[in-house]
Amino acid sequence: MAAPMVEIKNIHKRFGKLEVLKGVDFEVQEGETVCLIGSSGSGKSTLLRCINLLEHADDGQILVFGQDVLHTKDVNHFRAKVGMCFQQFNLFANMTVVENCMKPQMKVLKVSKEEARKTAMKYLEKVGMAEFANADVRRISGGQKQRVAIARALCMNPKLMLFDEPTSALDPEMVGEVLNIMKELAEEGMTMIIVTHEMGFARDVADRVVFMDQGQIEEQGTPDQLFNNPQSERTKEFLKASVYK
Amino acid sequence: MFISNCTDILTTYGPSLWLGVRTTLLIAITGTVLGLILGLLVGGFRAVKLDFTASGAARFFKKLGDLIINLYITIFRGTPMMVQAVFIYYAMLNFIYWSPMEAAITVISVNTGAYMAEIVRSGIQAVDPGQTEAARSLGMSNAQTMFTVVLPQAIRNAFPAIGNEFIVNIKDSSVLMIISITELMFQAKSIAGSTFHFTETYFIEAMIYLILTTVTSLILNAIEKHMNRPSTKEVA
Repeated sequence: MAAPMVEIKNIHKRFGKLEVLKGVDFEVQEGETVCLIGSSGSGKSTLLRCINLLEHADDGQILVFGQDVLHTKDVNHFRAKVGMCFQQFNLFANMTVVENCMKPQMKVLKVSKEEARKTAMKYLEKVGMAEFANADVRRISGGQKQRVAIARALCMNPKLMLFDEPTSALDPEMVGEVLNIMKELAEEGMTMIIVTHEMGFARDVADRVVFMDQGQIEEQGTPDQLFNNPQSERTKEFLKASVYK
Repeated sequence: MFISNCTDILTTYGPSLWLGVRTTLLIAITGTVLGLILGLLVGGFRAVKLDFTASGAARFFKKLGDLIINLYITIFRGTPMMVQAVFIYYAMLNFIYWSPMEAAITVISVNTGAYMAEIVRSGIQAVDPGQTEAARSLGMSNAQTMFTVVLPQAIRNAFPAIGNEFIVNIKDSSVLMIISITELMFQAKSIAGSTFHFTETYFIEAMIYLILTTVTSLILNAIEKHMNRPSTKEVA
């Protein structure tokens, strides 16, 4: 088997006295879709944010694309290859939909305006937002915002996509449109790590589900193993409380 | 009696009042623009948060810069502009020859800069930090994030306060008569001194200030409305 795209060895992260990650080992293969589940404060978002250096792990090793991330000199160049979508979308409020997708390409990848626009329109088309290209980002719905955020990340041509609870801030009827796009991406072979509370989605789309508890990985496996035949007591407890039967 | 005295003053001293208005506006506009530029630099510098990617030299430079900026803001917000004007004008005369006008523009700009720095900083703080994270996650540098994402929004947030500084400068430039700048207050004082119609002269002066500030705030409101319209523009 080829070397994993993401290889995390024994990382620790502390915020003051609180240790959020207590020695996590974690690997993701190219083309894999991995869902991180667990209760709030279990460290799953922190783990995700350590991967693209939004948080700096205190200890351990993080290899992404075979590169030692914690000691990389060129953080910006590295980050451009890792797309990220946030719970609160975080679109740039001073720009239109298409500008959100163009500006980062022009600034980071140094592509021309025409080329940036072409790429932007291609991905806005993909997420079904092309007709809103010139809209004010403050005037579109939450689901539309998250679709634009996905397009913006894809414009940078990332090899890996990170999703931090992408549907948690959405109205129920907007969740489907975002999850469908993510499912499509997974089927196209994009490598994705998704922090989510959508158990149905994890069961349906993930190649592997990782359950985190108190800063450690408690259990992981295929959706079938984890949801239908969990081994650890803590996992059983969590699933019992969170999955409606 | 009052009214006829007023018209007399206006017809006889119209040109010198007009000179005063022009000087007042010149100082207020230049001071606000230069002060804003200074405020953007200083406020932007203060708002930069260094993350782990910053080098040791950058950290030292940032610490030192913050210290100097703190001192600057404390001094210029903590003393009257009139005192700053006389002190700086006469103190600098020991080293260079400069005209009162050069001194006046320097003092009002540096003074305004101290206030603008705080206005800009609070405008920056009002920009959702999630947008900064998103920009960094896309690979944009600290400076790119500041200039393309944060500052444009910070200026829009801070625009009412920036406009307010301009109105304050129209009025407060009157203290610069202490270094014999022939702005509106200085002119009015001379007119009152030669006509002995103190009430009428200062009444006219007050009315002129009121007209200047009212017209200015109408213009500023229109600009603000224009800035807050929903954007549908293309990339510039």
